[in-house]
Amino acid sequence: MAGILRYGSYVPYCRLQRARLEGGGRGERAIANFDEDATSLAVEAGREAMRGSAPAPATLLFASTSHAYAEKLNAAGVHAALDLPPEARLVDLASSSGAGVAALGLASAIGTGGPSLVCCADMVVGAPMGAREAMGGDAACAFLVGDSEGAAAQILGSGSHAEELLDVWRGPEQQFARQWEERFAQQRLVPALVSALERCLAESGLAPSDLKRVAVDSGHRKVGGLFARAAGLRPDQLADDLSGSVGRAGAAHAGLLLAGLLDSAEPGDNLAVLSASDGAGALIVQATERIGDHRPAHSVADWIQSKRADVAYETYLKWREILPFEPPRRPDPPRPAAPPMRRSERWKYAFVGSRCRSCGTVNLPPQVVCVQCGAVDSMDDVPYADATARVATYTVDHLAYSLQPPVVAAVIDYDQGGRFACELADVDPKKVEIGQELEMTFRRLYTADGVRNYFWKARPRR
Amino acid sequence: MPSNGIRDRVAIVGMGCTRFGEHWDRGANELLVEAALEACRSAKIEREAIDAYWMGTLTSGRSGLLLSEPLKTGYRPITRVENFCATGSEAIRNAAYAVACGAYDLVMAIGVEKLKDSGYSGLASAGGTPTDGTQSSMTAPATFSLLAPAYAKKYGLDPATLRRVLTRIAYKNHANGARNPKAQYQREVPEATIENAPKVAGMLGVFDCSGVSDGASAAILCRSEDAHKYTDNPLLIKALSFIAGPADGAKRQDYDYTTFPEVVASAADAYAQAGVRNARDEISLAEVHDCFTPTELVLMEDLGFSTRGTAWRDTLDGRFEIGGAQPVNPDGGLKSFGHPIGASGLRMMYEMWLQFRGEAGPRQVEAPKLGLTHNLGGAPGRCVSFVSVVGAN
Repeated sequence: MAGILRYGSYVPYCRLQRARLEGGGRGERAIANFDEDATSLAVEAGREAMRGSAPAPATLLFASTSHAYAEKLNAAGVHAALDLPPEARLVDLASSSGAGVAALGLASAIGTGGPSLVCCADMVVGAPMGAREAMGGDAACAFLVGDSEGAAAQILGSGSHAEELLDVWRGPEQQFARQWEERFAQQRLVPALVSALERCLAESGLAPSDLKRVAVDSGHRKVGGLFARAAGLRPDQLADDLSGSVGRAGAAHAGLLLAGLLDSAEPGDNLAVLSASDGAGALIVQATERIGDHRPAHSVADWIQSKRADVAYETYLKWREILPFEPPRRPDPPRPAAPPMRRSERWKYAFVGSRCRSCGTVNLPPQVVCVQCGAVDSMDDVPYADATARVATYTVDHLAYSLQPPVVAAVIDYDQGGRFACELADVDPKKVEIGQELEMTFRRLYTADGVRNYFWKARPRR
Repeated sequence: MPSNGIRDRVAIVGMGCTRFGEHWDRGANELLVEAALEACRSAKIEREAIDAYWMGTLTSGRSGLLLSEPLKTGYRPITRVENFCATGSEAIRNAAYAVACGAYDLVMAIGVEKLKDSGYSGLASAGGTPTDGTQSSMTAPATFSLLAPAYAKKYGLDPATLRRVLTRIAYKNHANGARNPKAQYQREVPEATIENAPKVAGMLGVFDCSGVSDGASAAILCRSEDAHKYTDNPLLIKALSFIAGPADGAKRQDYDYTTFPEVVASAADAYAQAGVRNARDEISLAEVHDCFTPTELVLMEDLGFSTRGTAWRDTLDGRFEIGGAQPVNPDGGLKSFGHPIGASGLRMMYEMWLQFRGEAGPRQVEAPKLGLTHNLGGAPGRCVSFVSVVGAN
């Protein structure tokens, strides 16, 4: 039997208030910062899942409808940033919000072929002033799925209901997705969900009343309630769909809901998650007595609470490159070059530095000759992505090239030794101070000639 | 520091310098020719007399052909020199060594930069070397702005006092530039304007930054025993020191951004070469690399003009003004003379040339004994530093 060994989630720091959008609406949605994309979101969630002694996955599945590259394996960037072994199989799953639950089902079906890491990340960008813009969300989640021995949760069953359905569509030539009349999809998707759940319950040997919590991800407001009634579920079994705090985060949303349920699950709790998109998919898991040992550093609720809520709508449009804007009055940065990126892969993607065997000094970036004692070729790799740091000194740079000036640049001293100078992310320039506690975060610095230039920044601890 | 020095063995016998500024109507070619020919006239020679050239530029061209083609130097050795913002000083240093060792008799050091063709205000160099994309994006003002809060914290200065000190440095250098017909900016700037200028980085405003400009400057050098063939008032080189540091300020937690260790090392080396024991008393005037106002503040301590933690007080006391005990940047410095990178080190020497010949007009420092030029390239924690000591006797 397959189980969830570890899991993690990530909700970006910024929020857009729906009240500020044309047509209003309640609550807020999460939005990726200007320096984030599906890959960087996936990496943040993946780090949460892989922290500590998680076993290396044999397979990495990366589900998204907003992959950073249309051609070039996006999972490879996630794989590099998580510093996973080269023998892993990498697959991108795309083109439907249902890809997340499908990836989880696939991972549990792979079963004994070694653990699979499922990363789901999405940035849902709707046409300005539309419902998809208001109701969408940006988030990520990750699940390490493997043999259920010692797992945080057992996967009791998974089910699908396939259907060729014109509901949401977007061709490669279209910037924004379109949607068919809602009532049509609602009425097709509810029976699909019921069918997927029934298959899942049968495999699990459970009745609807055995489910402690049921999370339903759907792009249609009414589907959750209609489905619950049709499936014979009590209202108290239905979990919050996070539409008011995160928004529907595409292929990441079902997994995000599952992560939220696992955050508060007690041993023995049966949890179901369903996704209605191009048909339906379902998964039922049961928390084990090990659930408490394998929770990530941040719960979904932690991420939701840690936020900047005052991003202006125009700023958001600029970040998503929907609104043309005055470019920085600096030369465009050159595209990074493939051979040097390959040579420094573990530094650039995984933030692996080197530690001197002679004097113990941490060298960032990795050096051949120790910066402290001068020892030559006497270094061990030292993963530093999880190292914590403090601001040694900083400046607010109004001149530097950025989509969102000013750049806050800091010299940071790591609690575990070593120093590095980098940009700060998710930071209010007015609230930076010397000694402020920081942690590293994987970001897209800029895009040049179509090349997404990923590297690490530091952010105030969340 | 294992340097022997060439004290008093080489002399500067002619110099030229264009006005620095926004030369929209002239390119690097024209600027080079103007500076070179002015230097030749100053040494009373034809350019055919020059045996070899050292030409410095950071971004305005490559190879000796940048000079040979416009100046029509015929078939002569021209070495292109580059060492960040200390490029002009490196041209002098290498040219001086060439005549000192006897390889050539009469040489020219020349530097040029054409910055205003980039289309951007501020220094905008597009990196030519392919990289992995992980390099710091901090601009020059941002890196140097790190000095100000670090200095204030270490010596207990409140922000208002620190601001007053930086403003005073900018005010002084603009006031000096106002007395210099070749400076980019020739107007005094009220202290309130300096203080309230739009911010560029950290606490640095527009007036805390040096002028971005076009310009060229040139020097003609020979061995000292030949100097009087060309001039009655040669400028003697007492010391030349250059240091490329380990660039570890952003890698080691013990660097505190209140000093340039590279400057301390190059000053110590230069003083040993020149026999200077107490720079505060023995250096009559200095041209230093005031790329940003906090740089000049920190340099006063690194060069030994002020003891640690006191340069801010010396600045407020007027020590470094013309008429003060130790004038610094009497020609206006990078701040108001402007900073065409490859030319700046030579421009500093040009002021020494004028001052020691009594030709500095309203900026003239009385009876200077020893002068110092200091040229820096890079950023705090990651830089190169040049120091020279010169004199008339």
